[in-house]
Amino acid sequence: MAIFLDKDSKVIVQGMTGATGMKHTKLMLGDGTNIVGGVNPRKAGTQVDFDGAEVPVFGSVKEAMAETGANVSVIFVPEKFTKDAVVEAIDAEIPLAVVITEGIAVHDSAYFWAYAGEKGNKTRIIGPNCPGIITPGQSNVGIIPGDITQPGRIGLVSKSGTLTYQMMYELRDIGFSTAVGIGGDPVIGTTHIDALKAFEADPETDLIVMIGEIGGDAEERAADFIKENVSKPVVGYVAGFTAPEGKTMGHAGAIVSGSSGTAQAKKEALEAAGVKVGKTPSETARLAREVLGG
Amino acid sequence: MDLFEYQARDLFAKHDVPVLAGEVIDTPEAAREVTERLGGRAVVKAQVKTGGRGKAGGVKLATDTADAVEKAGQILGMDIKGHTVHKVMLAQTADIQDEYYVSFLLDRTNRTFLAMASVEGGMEIEEVAATKPEALAKIPVSAIEGVTPEKAREIAEAAKFPAELVDQIAAALVKLWDVFVKEDALLVEVNPLVKTAEGKIIALDGKVSLDANAEFRQPDHAALEDKAAANPLEAAAKAKDLNYVKLDGEVGIIGNGAGLVMSTLDVVAYAGEAHKNVKPANFLDIGGGASAEIMANGLEIILGDPDVKSVFVNVFGGITACDEVANGIVQALELLKSKGEDVDKPLVVRLDGNNAELGRKILSDANHPLVQRVDTMDGAADKAAELAAK
Repeated sequence: MAIFLDKDSKVIVQGMTGATGMKHTKLMLGDGTNIVGGVNPRKAGTQVDFDGAEVPVFGSVKEAMAETGANVSVIFVPEKFTKDAVVEAIDAEIPLAVVITEGIAVHDSAYFWAYAGEKGNKTRIIGPNCPGIITPGQSNVGIIPGDITQPGRIGLVSKSGTLTYQMMYELRDIGFSTAVGIGGDPVIGTTHIDALKAFEADPETDLIVMIGEIGGDAEERAADFIKENVSKPVVGYVAGFTAPEGKTMGHAGAIVSGSSGTAQAKKEALEAAGVKVGKTPSETARLAREVLGG
Repeated sequence: MDLFEYQARDLFAKHDVPVLAGEVIDTPEAAREVTERLGGRAVVKAQVKTGGRGKAGGVKLATDTADAVEKAGQILGMDIKGHTVHKVMLAQTADIQDEYYVSFLLDRTNRTFLAMASVEGGMEIEEVAATKPEALAKIPVSAIEGVTPEKAREIAEAAKFPAELVDQIAAALVKLWDVFVKEDALLVEVNPLVKTAEGKIIALDGKVSLDANAEFRQPDHAALEDKAAANPLEAAAKAKDLNYVKLDGEVGIIGNGAGLVMSTLDVVAYAGEAHKNVKPANFLDIGGGASAEIMANGLEIILGDPDVKSVFVNVFGGITACDEVANGIVQALELLKSKGEDVDKPLVVRLDGNNAELGRKILSDANHPLVQRVDTMDGAADKAAELAAK
């Protein structure tokens, strides 16, 4: 079953004809993703060849959906145009839009989040500035390497890209139902809580691993949610214990301001909700193994 | 990017927010001419990016030009909470009757913008929020609708501004919203917003923080950067487009991906507990690509840091496979040598993920005297800490 993405997902790529879009469309196709089209108004009507697979280019998301029945869009357009691309996806009411682009201005992400709400939240947004989502063996949307792991029974939700890969690698023998990278920006679409809720409801997920990092209070709120709503075991990891106050650590949202957003506070909140929290990624993987083994 | 008060004042003026005349200077002597222009009196204000400057003696009234020179001399060079005062702003004086507070910011939790306003201005707003929460109005602002004149009145009324001031306050709020949106700000705060004896509303002191991600449409913002204050290593890294933050330890860190690098800092700090408490010397994320050139740029910055005793290169090969990364490291070391750089600090390299075996073999075959391979993150962190403690 997996969450948000499965073998029946029909995927279009906004920004497919750009360098990054081309590179990753090829990789996604290689992982078996059902890519049914690209979107670029200036190249509408053309076809792009990916090692023999002809992918048609449409003038708009709406047109691509009408022609192909697409229900997922992955967005690789440059940061200047990302707001418009997401708004277009929302207007077309595509069920899932995965925004890979990094370096989005907060006024843009706040705008498209508000816009999605105004339009009745018909489009689930993942990202921006995220690695995407993979349901191993079924579909891979974004830039997560498809060959790290295999299908299995762990659900993973993470703010960080490479830590997602690291965790998938450490637990590759067990495998994953779905791994979703939600991004570390100040305003994101899908949150830890959204993914936890979906994993809780997914019969193919036995254990949830959540990876957080400094900044904001998403982990604390996820802890409250887990306490009340999640019956499956959850193992957690939080990055940034040694990050000094007031310095942004790579992700726009990863900043400790005053007493808020510290890794320690997040760890304590998660532990109070019964989540086993690892001190390092490898210890977190060990805890996950213990839970599944016991 | 946090701005100085005078830069915030300039942005306010640009968007027609009512402010007092003011000019920034960096020598006491310059105060003479500016004070004359301001009418013979001025408030001399230290320009530092920290609060509490008034209590520290960083704001003084000058009653004539000679006094302004003297006061500027007293304040320039002063240390306020670890910030040296390099500039002072001389501002027109005003007869202040009341002090208020207004701000616009991002409410991360609710993923919307927020207006905050209070008639209890002048003191730290955190204090108002803690001691008199009912005195601080918090009104969500839609990123789509923004602050219309109606919304501005709603905010002013929620904060219980006196009825006769609501029109003026609302007008100021609409202008401040312009600053917030048109300048891609993450925070626009006016504290205090004042009412003068003549009943005029003026933004007396402001704090503005700008979104670095909006640089693509804000070409003027680069000039607002305080280049003098930047750490020279951070400045050099920025010039090379590297995501680098200087920290105060001894183990240089290079990794790919913000989360993994943050995690590496933690793992090194834990490992350091067993090795004379050595700590990470920096945060450096070289991103997904990890090409030889980017690796060389990163290594150059880190090896140029005199505090660094050892370097930990922690890469998880994703789309960029480990063999490419390993070649990148080998080429980077050669590149630095050929440029005449001193490469004399031990490097501990951990490669995992896509093509890890191949990458490790490349490193082993290169047999570089300074490079040690350790294949787990925890083990490599321990080795790097041990080498830094020597």
